[in-house]
This record gives sequence, structure tokens and C-alpha cells, in this order.
Amino acid sequence: MAVDMNMKILIVDDYKTMLRIIRNLLRQLGFNNIDEAMDGSAALQMLRATGDYGLVISDWNMEPMTGLQLLREVRADAKLKSMPFIMVTAESKSENVIAAKEAGVSNYIVKPFNAETLKAKMQSVIGEF
Amino acid sequence: MTGFSPTGVPGPAPTPDSSTGRASDFLGGLRLVDEIRALADYIDTARRDLVALRPQDIQERFIPTAADELDAIVQATESATEDIMDCVEALEGLGERLSPADTEILNGAVTRIYEACAFQDITGQRITKVVRTLKNIEERVGAMLATFSVNPALLAGAPPPEDTPAPLPPTHVAAVGDRPEDQALLNGPQHTGAAMGQDDIDALLRGPG
Repeated sequence: MAVDMNMKILIVDDYKTMLRIIRNLLRQLGFNNIDEAMDGSAALQMLRATGDYGLVISDWNMEPMTGLQLLREVRADAKLKSMPFIMVTAESKSENVIAAKEAGVSNYIVKPFNAETLKAKMQSVIGEF
Repeated sequence: MTGFSPTGVPGPAPTPDSSTGRASDFLGGLRLVDEIRALADYIDTARRDLVALRPQDIQERFIPTAADELDAIVQATESATEDIMDCVEALEGLGERLSPADTEILNGAVTRIYEACAFQDITGQRITKVVRTLKNIEERVGAMLATFSVNPALLAGAPPPEDTPAPLPPTHVAAVGDRPEDQALLNGPQHTGAAMGQDDIDALLRGPG
């Protein structure tokens, strides 16, 4: 099934520059329906409010709620638990990847990353586009 | 003959056997006193050396100044990155006026600039780690001062303060809802060699479990 290029994507990062970078890269990939949040708790509110997001792309190291905790909350929520969730983070130790995997992450991108990597990981999660 | 007594008060006349034992105890006691005195001198010297190092300067001047400078770097790079992004987005908008081939070249360059702008996030996190390290040094200096009861007034013969400063609280603020063990996972960017590459991460994700 073809990917809906109008799907809502939520990007979560406490660096506004990184939000802007990811937004622009997504726009270049053809996705324009993008919302932003600056920490996990704000993102969780947005996800629960509408429930119509097709993908979450989240940083890890944020306060007050980290990306890992957001992921756990999403997976524990009956309505959100199947939400595709990509972690984009500078945390690159194996224990981080294992913790994210155990929490149910869909894919994991280490910063700094390029547009090609972002596209490849998105395709592995939501399908070819 | 009277026996030795640390108090100077003559004791009862010892038997030949007990006299030798008491003399040994007394000499041992004298050595202990000497060692305690030497230890006290050592602590006093260490305390004076610490004061001479002006540790308050480390706490009150050097570390706050360094932390402020690092914060300024983060702010300056963030501001510059925003400017770069503004310019690149303006350039990207010109693509509609170009030929398809030129638009592709422009978009390729623009994408690379966006990717490169991620440096601001990475350097910001690295600088935050340095600031956290400085805070740790500051705390340890404070704890060391408290341990030695170092006060410049000591050099003038004043008694040590009764209320020594308590150690500063930890710098890391746990994120709300995080499990305690999650704090250990917040390491930030790693140096090349210590970090896993994207290929390693992909393999780990594909692995069993």
C-alpha cells in the first residue's frame, strides 16, 4: 500500500534548530503535514488529543519527559501503542539502543544523520515512498 | 622503684615482669601521640596549602566564568545556525525559478547544509556535558573545603567554622517519569571510537530479542 504523503508526522526535540532541520528534510522528502513538540509530555498530550498521527520522530534527551519515557507511554496506551516511532538521538551506546528496543522503538537514528538515512529508516517503518 | 605512668603519677612498685610490659606500653603510647601530632600537622599543612590555592576563586570566579562563556558559545552558534537556516530556506525558494537540473543541484546543496546545521545540536550537547563536569568539579571543591574546614580566617588563628557548607545538590535533574536507571542512559554524544555507528545500531536492532 502506498504511503500517504499527507500523513501527520510529529517531531519532538528540545532544540528548535533540530526541529527545523527535520521539518525541512521531511518537506524535501514530500511530507508537509508536520507538527512539533519540544519534550515528551507536550508530545504525549498532542498524540492523545488527536490520535491521528502516522509517525513520531523523537529525540531522547529532553526534559521534563524524555523520548524513552514518551515511547513507553505510547506503547502503554491502547490507542497509540501501534504508532510508528523513530528515535533520533546522539545517545549512541549499545545500552541505549537496547533500552529503546526493549521499549518498542520502530527504528533508531544516531545524530548526526543525513537525509538518506532518515528516508531509509522512515521507509523501513511506514513503507516505500 | 616506681613504674612509668603516662599521667606522671608514680604507680606501685612493679614486679620484674610487669615492669617491662608497662615500659613498652608507655613507649607505644608516646609513639601514638607523636603520630597523632604528625597527622595533625599534616592536616594543618594541607589546610594551609588549600587556602593558598584560593579554592574560593575556583568556586566563585573561574567555574562560573567558564560556564558563562560556554553558554555564550551555545547561544551564539544557535543564533548563527538560525541565520543560516533563514538564508538557506530563502535560497530553496528560488528553486521554482530554475530549470529542473539546476533545481536538483540546488536542493542537493540545501539538503547538505540542513544536515550540516545539525552540528549545533551536537556541539550544544557536548558543551552541556562540559558544563556539567565543571559543576561536578565545583561540588567536589566545595566538599573538600568542607572536609578540611578550610577558611581563610584559619590562617589568622581563628577557630574553624561550626557550620561547614553542605555539598551542593547533584547537577543532573531527573526527567519526570523517568525510571532511576534511565539517568545512567543519558550520556550525550560519544567520541569517535566510543560511539556505535548507524550500521552497528541497525545490526543491534535486527538482533534477537
